[in-house]
Order: sequence, then structure tokens, then C-alpha cells
Amino acid sequence: MPHPDTWLCVRPEGLYCQPGDFFIDPIRPVPRAVITHAHSDHARPGHGNVLATPETVALMRTRMGEALGGASAEALAPGESLAVKDVSVRLVPAGHVLGSAQVVMEHAGSRAVVSGDYKRAADPTCAPFEPVRCDVFVTEATFGLPVFTHPPAYREVEKLLESVRLFADRTHVVGAYSLGKAQRVVALLRAAGWDAPIYLHGAHMPLCATYEALGVALGDLRHATVAGAKNLVGQIVLAPPSAIADRWARRLTDPVVALASGWMRVRQRAKAGGIELPLVISDHADWPELLQTIDDVGAPEIWVTHGNEEALMYAATQRGYRARALRLVGYDDSEETAGTAAAQEDAVPEAAV
Amino acid sequence: MIAFATLLERLTLTPGRLAKLALLEKFFATVPDPDRGWGLAALTGELSFTAAKPALIRGLAEQRTDPTLFRWSYDFVGDLAETVSLIWPAGAVSAEPPSLAEVVHTLRTQPKTALPAILAGWLDASGPDVRYALLKLMTGSLRVGASARLAKTALANFAAQSGAGMHGASISADDVEEVWHGLTPPYEPLFAWLEARGPRPDAAGAPVFRPPMLAHPIEAADLAALDPASYAAEWKWDGIRVQLVAGPGGRRVYSRGADDISAAFPDIVEALDFYAVLDGELVVARDGAIAPFADLQQRLNRKSPSAKMQADFPAAVRLYDILFEGPLDVRAEPFAARRARLEAWFAHHAPARMDLSPLIAFGTVAELETLRDGARAASIEGLMLKRLDSPYLAGRPRGYWWKWKRDPLTIDAVLMYAQRGHGKRSSFYSDYTFGLWRADGELVPVGKAYSGYTDEELGRLDRWIRNNTVGRFGPVREVARGLVLEVAFDAAQRSGRHKSGVALRFPRVSRLRWDKPAAEADRLETLLATLP
Repeated sequence: MPHPDTWLCVRPEGLYCQPGDFFIDPIRPVPRAVITHAHSDHARPGHGNVLATPETVALMRTRMGEALGGASAEALAPGESLAVKDVSVRLVPAGHVLGSAQVVMEHAGSRAVVSGDYKRAADPTCAPFEPVRCDVFVTEATFGLPVFTHPPAYREVEKLLESVRLFADRTHVVGAYSLGKAQRVVALLRAAGWDAPIYLHGAHMPLCATYEALGVALGDLRHATVAGAKNLVGQIVLAPPSAIADRWARRLTDPVVALASGWMRVRQRAKAGGIELPLVISDHADWPELLQTIDDVGAPEIWVTHGNEEALMYAATQRGYRARALRLVGYDDSEETAGTAAAQEDAVPEAAV
Repeated sequence: MIAFATLLERLTLTPGRLAKLALLEKFFATVPDPDRGWGLAALTGELSFTAAKPALIRGLAEQRTDPTLFRWSYDFVGDLAETVSLIWPAGAVSAEPPSLAEVVHTLRTQPKTALPAILAGWLDASGPDVRYALLKLMTGSLRVGASARLAKTALANFAAQSGAGMHGASISADDVEEVWHGLTPPYEPLFAWLEARGPRPDAAGAPVFRPPMLAHPIEAADLAALDPASYAAEWKWDGIRVQLVAGPGGRRVYSRGADDISAAFPDIVEALDFYAVLDGELVVARDGAIAPFADLQQRLNRKSPSAKMQADFPAAVRLYDILFEGPLDVRAEPFAARRARLEAWFAHHAPARMDLSPLIAFGTVAELETLRDGARAASIEGLMLKRLDSPYLAGRPRGYWWKWKRDPLTIDAVLMYAQRGHGKRSSFYSDYTFGLWRADGELVPVGKAYSGYTDEELGRLDRWIRNNTVGRFGPVREVARGLVLEVAFDAAQRSGRHKSGVALRFPRVSRLRWDKPAAEADRLETLLATLP
């Protein structure tokens, strides 16, 4: 039984499955790619053929246009198996955003699972993570330090609503990444009883429409840009993190600037970003979830990628697993980053809003 | 403790004054006695403990967590209290977090040896926000960006909403100020008064602060209407305004903002061997001559200055008004009577480290103007004009006292770097570092300006900066050398700490010189040549 070591390796393009001759979330154009989810650092344009869940394919078409940057797309429903050359591939829900999947690969009797990005906490907008027992588990480690324990998301949304009540004459603008986080915040607000229209930055609109088309109800959503500052007083506006403290937000009345991100756990991050109301809502596993998942999948060997690899490897080793770092480059945590970092601030051109 | 922790987090992150007031009012209105009073004391700096040293906290955390993971986490977070508050394992304990009153009582009564176990129990019973507030409180490092004055304004607003206001009486922040320094935490009589449940707290005998009388900047129209015969004139000194309070109840040096700065000025406190409340300017003076403001800055914000510091930067007070002589409140007397009283009092007591701010004789406004323009000493900011019949009134009443600053000096400097502002200005590049040309052709920074432009000019500057950025360093943008700012400032002093060798006092943008080529901006030598 060949160890996954012998058939799964890192190449400049990304993680490569040799017997299936495909890459997982490659950062450069390749003939055949398996995509875990539609975030732009994982789903890039220009591949020959793309294999992903139907939801991920739909979200990629929204982001990149129908042509997917030239790729032909093959949708694989969660749970179904597909033989790709000498490998059997399954996509299993990862709980990160709508359509997000772990890639389960079986070859000659051994099984490897690539988690992609994932979380274990409940999310009304996507299917929950399912642990799959395996020989090698490749895990992300974005929040791979024990200081990261995300509080229940509904409590953070209560915090937001309490602030909306206290500052009824101001506009609350919540920075939320346009794919996944924005829709989750909307769904959480709806679950908390906020039935008023929710106003969105232009960049959020098309992805919300795709979510609705895929069966995720989000309620009354409106364009913030056309609503007029006066009508936004006392309301909640969602915008990409890059827009909340920059020129776009000047149109709002005395805004309370909030940001929904796992990094908001650390005060200094909030303070440096000019965030008045940090909301600790993350689509990545926190530290307890990372450890829980490692135990759940029962893999004797853990490969750790993007994030704080060092600490998670250390903790996995202490729990009796073999652990090593998988040096994959090119993935960032842009959906989690505070919007006022200088490098990000002009990411949204004014023409796009 | 939970409400206090929430308040703390929001105050720390909220830039707006009105928003801070709203958060404080809500806290006073929803948290019962005595916890709201202890919270108020913690926020105003009246309550701080140094019971828990960082080593103790670190030791506790390392017992509960893996030391390697703790070290990596601390490296990442960068703040000990925050790291511990986040990494502390969620307890299996179902206890409630302690109340503020319990924390205060325990820290005051329990021996130090009992502290680690007590603290661990509290951390077990709390969530991350409460843990953070607890640790910051216990290490005496609570910094929230809410001034004591802000808290007093919030207390006055709270009174208007909840108690006194409803009964027709109105309590102002100045009213709170007058009783404040006679009170001790948790301030239950204060809250009873604010809620119209109790009498005004009696501060008799205590060395309390009295809100000072402030002056308006004089405009051309005011100057034209000014009757020289009804006014006294004094120099406006470049120090900081202080109130000296001395008597059987104690001795205090208060800043204009009601901060008790006695500890920083033991030399002044020692000289307060009298019974009076006096108003004056705190300066550093050598042989009767006032030293540059930079010398006074050496003495400010020091908890206990060394003997050497006191000898090198000797503090003094130049007196200009008297509020109480002995127990007698003389604030209702006209200025002329108070001045006569002050002179007589001074002649009789001759207190050490003090002198009188002299009155300037003048006959006409034109004469005053000549005097003002002729004053070039760095220690003089301009003139003060005080109506002879003015009582001593709290705040900034119109028509009594005027300040007439001398015209600022200006330089034409080149914009070098820009940084975004805070709060309402957080989307604008509003903080500007400017420089002057050196003989070798290098542009060297000489100062930073944050104000002086209109909203419209700010918008234009912001666009220009975004379009002319040549480098980025975190939140700072370096711009092309293409825009000249006319910068106004009150004084220039030599400084060994700046690359340019000069430090400007209160620089602000006075004009945008879109018309002027950067190469024609001023030379550093020209500025240095004007310095003594």
C-alpha cells in the first residue's frame, strides 16, 4: 500500500496528485484542477479543466464570468465518487463557505484528505464539515494558535444589534468578505430577528444573488450606493473590508465601523485597523476545532499548510500524531484581513462600487 | 464586571466623543451601585492596583497552558494581559465572574500570598473580555482614552436623563468638577445627587478643583469695540495653566483639565505653605527668566521627578488670579478687586517659586498692538485682556476675557509624508510631515501638522496625495516633492532630537501653495538663522 507521500507532492503550481494527474487549488494555470472552494486565492482562472462542487462552479462563474477564464467545468456532487485516472475522488463538505469541500483521494488502498479551508461551527449558509477517516490529513492552520477561540457567532451578532440600538442615529457598516462571510452575517442577522432591509456594497450583490439562486434565503437586500445616506441611518450596511474605512464609506452618516473576522479576537488588530466594533466571526476553524478535527479524522499523519503551521504541528505531535509542514505558497487570508492595511486599501477601485 | 469589560472594550476602540459619552451614560444608567462607582473610579484613574505583577500572571498562565504554545502566542499577540485573557482555558467552573466591588474589596483585604489562587479562580469564572479587564485593572495599566473630563460630562448628561434633570434642576460638568476631588470611590453620594435622591455632596475643606475661567480669541470686531479704560492687560505666557489649592485640607496642583499633577511637581507643592486657591501659569524658570516650553515638557507626565530633574528644570508659577483667600470665596468680586487682593496677599506671604504676572500699562488699542507685535520672546504667546469688572466665572463666558495671540511665524515647506487620521478622518490623509531644503539639496523633515485646512482643502489634499504617492510604509505614504504648504507656528526652538535641529511649537497648515514650485520652498538655514 503506497503511502500518500509517494503520490501526493508539492510542485510550484501547487499540491499535485500524481496518479490522478491533477492539482488541488493550483496557483498557476494547469491542465486539470480540483477546486475546494470559490475564494479567489483557491479558485484561479486559466485552468484547462476544473472539478468542483456544483455550488463552487456556480460561484466561480459569478466571479470570473461564464467562461471561467477558459476552463471547462465538471461538477461533482458531494458524496459521489469519480475515478480520475488511478485515483478515486470524492468531495465532502468542509463547512467553510457555500460549496466548499474537502478533497478525499483514494489510491491503491490508501486515503488522503485535503481539507481546503474549513470550520466546525454551525453556519446557516453551507453544509457542515464531515470528518472522513484517512491515512493522511492535510489541514489548514489559519488560526493555529491557542489564543484563537471563536465565540459563538450569534453572540457577536447580538453585540452588533445592541450597538445598532444604542447608536440609532448612526449607520453601522460591517466589513465582510464578499463571498461567504457577507452571506453568513446576513443569515445570522435574519436568524436574530433583523427583518429590515440589509444594504450592500456593489461587490456583494452578484454573489448574494447566486447564493439565493442556490437556495440560501437572505431576505430583503438593497444597494447601499443608491439608497442615500439619510435612508441608511439606523441601518446595517455590509461592504468588503477594503471599503469600510476608505473613501467608499464617506457616503455614510457618522458610521460605526465594524469588521467580521477571526482576527478581531486580537484587540490590537482592531485598533490598528480603525475598527470601532470588532465582530469575531470567522469561516476558519479556531484552535479547539483544529485539534478536534485532527482527533476526529484519526489520521496517523497530519500535514499542515497555510497559517501558523508551527504551533499546530507541535500540538499534533504532542497528541501522538506525526506532523509536518506542507509549504504551499500563494494562499492568503484575505477574507479575514482588516480593511485598512495599506496594501489592501485600494483593492476596490471606485469604478467597481 | 461583564458590563465594565464591555464598556472598556468599546471605549478603547471608539474614536468619537459623543459615542464615548453615550457608552458611559448607558453604563451609569444600567449598572447599580457600588459597581458603577468603582467602574467610574477605574476609568478616571482614581482606582488602580499594582497587586499583580506581570511575572505572577505569566506564571499562572504557564501552569495552565503549554509553555511553548504560550510563548508563541505571546509573540503573536504582543500584550501579556491580552494573551492570557485569550489563551486561558475555558473553565469547567460554573461560577459567575466577580463583581467590581468584590475585586476591589478582595485586593484591599487579602494578603499577597493569597492572590494567585484568587486570581486563577476569577479567570476560570470569566470570559476573555472580563479576564482582560481584570488583568488590566490588577496590573494598573488600564488605558481607555476617556479623559476624566469626559466622564464628568457623561455624569452630567446622566443626571439630566435620569434624576436631577427631571426635577427641573440642572447639574453641569462644572458642578460635578467642583465636588469631584472631595469624593472617594465608589461615589454613592454623587450618584444619589445626580439621581435627585440625595443632597449635593459637601466638599467643604477638601482641596477640590474649581473650574477655571477661560478666554476667547479676540476678533477684529471685538477689538474695535474694546474700551481700553475698562480692561487690564497681561502677557500671555507660554506654560501650562494651573490651579494651586492649599489649606488645612491639603495641597494640590491641578492642570486646567482638573488632573491632579501634584506628584510631578513636589517643588511647587512644598511652596504651598498658605491657605488660598490661586490661578497661574506653570513654567520652568531660571533666575526669573522663563525657559522654553520644551524644558517644561521635561517635567510634565513624570510620576516622581528626580532631584536632578528638579534642579535642572526648576518649576515656578506666575500668578494672575485669586479664587479663595483662606476659606473666603472671592470669585464673585470684580477682577480689579481680586487683583488688588492678590497683590496684597502676595506682598504679605511672598511664597517661594512664585511671582506675579505684571499688568501692562496702556492707553489705546494701537499701543497694545505695538506691544504685542514687539514681543518676540519665546516665553510670550501674546496678550491677555481682562475686563476690570469681570467676576471669576467657570467656563468660557463671552465678553470678559480675551486672548490676543501674536501673529504666528510662517514657513513655506514641502509635503513629504502623509498619514491617515482617526475617527471621522480615518479615510483621509490628514496628518502631514513637511520639510525644508538643506544647503546640500536634501529635504529634511522639520515637523508634522494635523490641522489648519478646511474640509474642502482636506479633500483636495487627500486626492493629491493618493495620486502622487511614491512609497508606502505601513499607514504612511511618501509623496512626490511637489506640494508646498505654508505652515504657521508659534515658536521655533533648537532641538537635538530632530534631524533638522529644530522643533516647531504648534505647527499647522495655514495655506496650500498649489502655485509654488517645491524647489522654491524655504531653506532650513533661513529658519535656523532666526533662532537665538
